[in-house]
Amino acid sequence: MKIVVAVKRVVDYNVKIRVKADQTGIELAGIKMSMNPFDEIAVEEALRIKEAGKAKEVIAVSVGPAQAQETIRTALAMGADRGILVKAEGEVEPLGVAKILKGIVEAEQPQLVILGKQAIDNDCNQTGQMLAELLGWPQGTFASKVELGAGEVKVVREVDGGLETVELKLPAVVTSDLRLNEPRYASLPNIMSARKKPIAEKAPADFGVDTAPRLKVLKVSEPAKRQAGVKVANVAELVDKLKNEAKVI
Amino acid sequence: MAALVLAEHDNKSLKDATLVAVTAAKALGGDVDVLVAGSGCQAVADAASQIAGVRKVLLVDDAANEHPLAETLSAILVKLAGGYDAVLAPATTTGKNVMPRVAARLDVAQISDITAVISPDTFERPIYAGNAIATVQSSDAKKVITVRGTAFDKAAASGGSAAIEKVDGAGNPGLSKFIGQELSKSERPELTSAKIIVSGGRGMGSGENFKLIEAVADKLNAAVGASRAAVDAGFVPNDYQVGQTGKIVAPQLYIAVGISGAIQHLAGMKDSKVIVAINKDEEAPIFQVADYGLVADLFKALPELAEAL
Ligand SMILES: Cc1cc2nc3c(=O)[nH]c(=O)nc-3n(C[C@H](O)[C@H](O)[C@H](O)COP(=O)(O)OP(=O)(O)OC[C@H]3O[C@@H](n4cnc5c(N)ncnc54)[C@H](O)[C@@H]3O)c2cc1C
Ligand SMILES: Nc1ncnc2c1ncn2[C@@H]1O[C@H](COP(=O)(O)O)[C@@H](O)[C@H]1O
Repeated sequence: MKIVVAVKRVVDYNVKIRVKADQTGIELAGIKMSMNPFDEIAVEEALRIKEAGKAKEVIAVSVGPAQAQETIRTALAMGADRGILVKAEGEVEPLGVAKILKGIVEAEQPQLVILGKQAIDNDCNQTGQMLAELLGWPQGTFASKVELGAGEVKVVREVDGGLETVELKLPAVVTSDLRLNEPRYASLPNIMSARKKPIAEKAPADFGVDTAPRLKVLKVSEPAKRQAGVKVANVAELVDKLKNEAKVI
Repeated sequence: MAALVLAEHDNKSLKDATLVAVTAAKALGGDVDVLVAGSGCQAVADAASQIAGVRKVLLVDDAANEHPLAETLSAILVKLAGGYDAVLAPATTTGKNVMPRVAARLDVAQISDITAVISPDTFERPIYAGNAIATVQSSDAKKVITVRGTAFDKAAASGGSAAIEKVDGAGNPGLSKFIGQELSKSERPELTSAKIIVSGGRGMGSGENFKLIEAVADKLNAAVGASRAAVDAGFVPNDYQVGQTGKIVAPQLYIAVGISGAIQHLAGMKDSKVIVAINKDEEAPIFQVADYGLVADLFKALPELAEAL
């Protein structure tokens, strides 16, 4: 069986982003880009399932500009077998990405699609759920444990009150949370051999998908800044300030 | 113009996040109905009918909805969506799980985690861990929205007298099944509604040492939170995590102990009214957002603090 993993190219999580002065977006020139951290976890999970002998092939898919190739290469260097780059300029909204992924799923017929729970740039947390609905598949979102059986998959989910376990009929969609696993680093030999692994190139139109955004971004602005306050010398001064100045205790 | 709000509840009580979503729904300018979908959840519907300004409560009470499965709940919402211009849910793990399915079925873009309603089609939402605020205008006829719990006031929980109307569920489509849950038990207030939160980070060193945090929390009737590092290390359960990808909180007082202040953590707590940081490293970024910073060893400061309160 095959596993499809969705990997997005995003601003590296360590970068402190800046809003453009004209409020049209984020300053992206010269900024370090990486694979969305949740997607590294998704790739790792797919590889572990394959290494456990439960899957034959792991396919990494990215929707984005030509440079999203690098993101796919990272997945290949980690151990994915091949990639599909769906070239699209400009931000494709989760609904558009989900429709494209649906097209890929129909062509590849995987039993499992693993995505990140959230892209750390738009913080949408939508794509996996949308894909599951479009396919008519069940979903196990925010996964911290995935146990693949013959016709079903058990997913432990991180929910607001703690943990929840669901059982899904295969085929299914899973989205990764932080505690699912610790992604591996690609070794140098694997990075080298990844260069020879195939990446197919597609366009949204190949799947009949219109990626025109439904949400118009009118502006992107800076949030209100917090002023740094004062340092207190000791616990007694802290308690005094909280009682008599801030009046919060 | 009418909006439907998905109620957050545990079949016994209505969660405050619902009241926040109702406020956001009212800001759209039309009638607001609330959907209570659960099992044995009449008390929740009764509570929802008391919310000020709610027109009608729709109640789906059947065994298939005992636990909020995305596949089951989204089918109900899709069925009901025809009568509404907007469908909203709190941005809880339930709301985040269900609503994108609804949006996909209706073929609309979801607007996640809104923090302001500018007009019935224009909203503010944080992106990049809250380091930027996007103002977005939706061109879809129907809006599917999740609402950030800290961004709107709670609608008054009493004063309303909405009629409760029973509607049929959609059954379980048979794709998924609830197996079990492990909920963190605590006598303390919930993180997302607590007035005071004391959070610990990697600096706590162990789960055992969280006793020092709890001693302070007990004195303040506070909730206990944590950074990702503290959760990853197994000091505390996952649902303690505050941040970009955990819980978003905005209490009156947030005390961060042994937490460096990574942007992903700040994303979850920087709208707190007063922030206190206790950290032994005076260069820690958390001090840049703290109203009161104490440069100290937490193992000395926390017992002193518990004593002084
Ligand atoms: C995709 C992604 C999502 C993430 N989401 C979140 C999120 O939702 N929430 C979150 O919190 N993080 C999140 N993170 C992680 C985040 O980047 C940081 O790694 C994390 O917040 C660090 O936790 P910390 O401050 O406890 O640990 P550290 O950064 O290691 O800081 C520990 C601090 O404790 C202090 N300290 C140590 N000993 C003592 C002592 N004895 N007394 C006083 N102070 C002491 C140190 O000076 C230090 O400042 C995410 C990261 C990624 C990549
Ligand atoms: N452009 C994209 N290319 C590939 N995968 C994507 C893309 N956008 C979103 N995804 C996947 O969907 C997940 C959730 O993204 P989002 O719904 O945007 O928060 C990500 O972690 C990815 O796995």
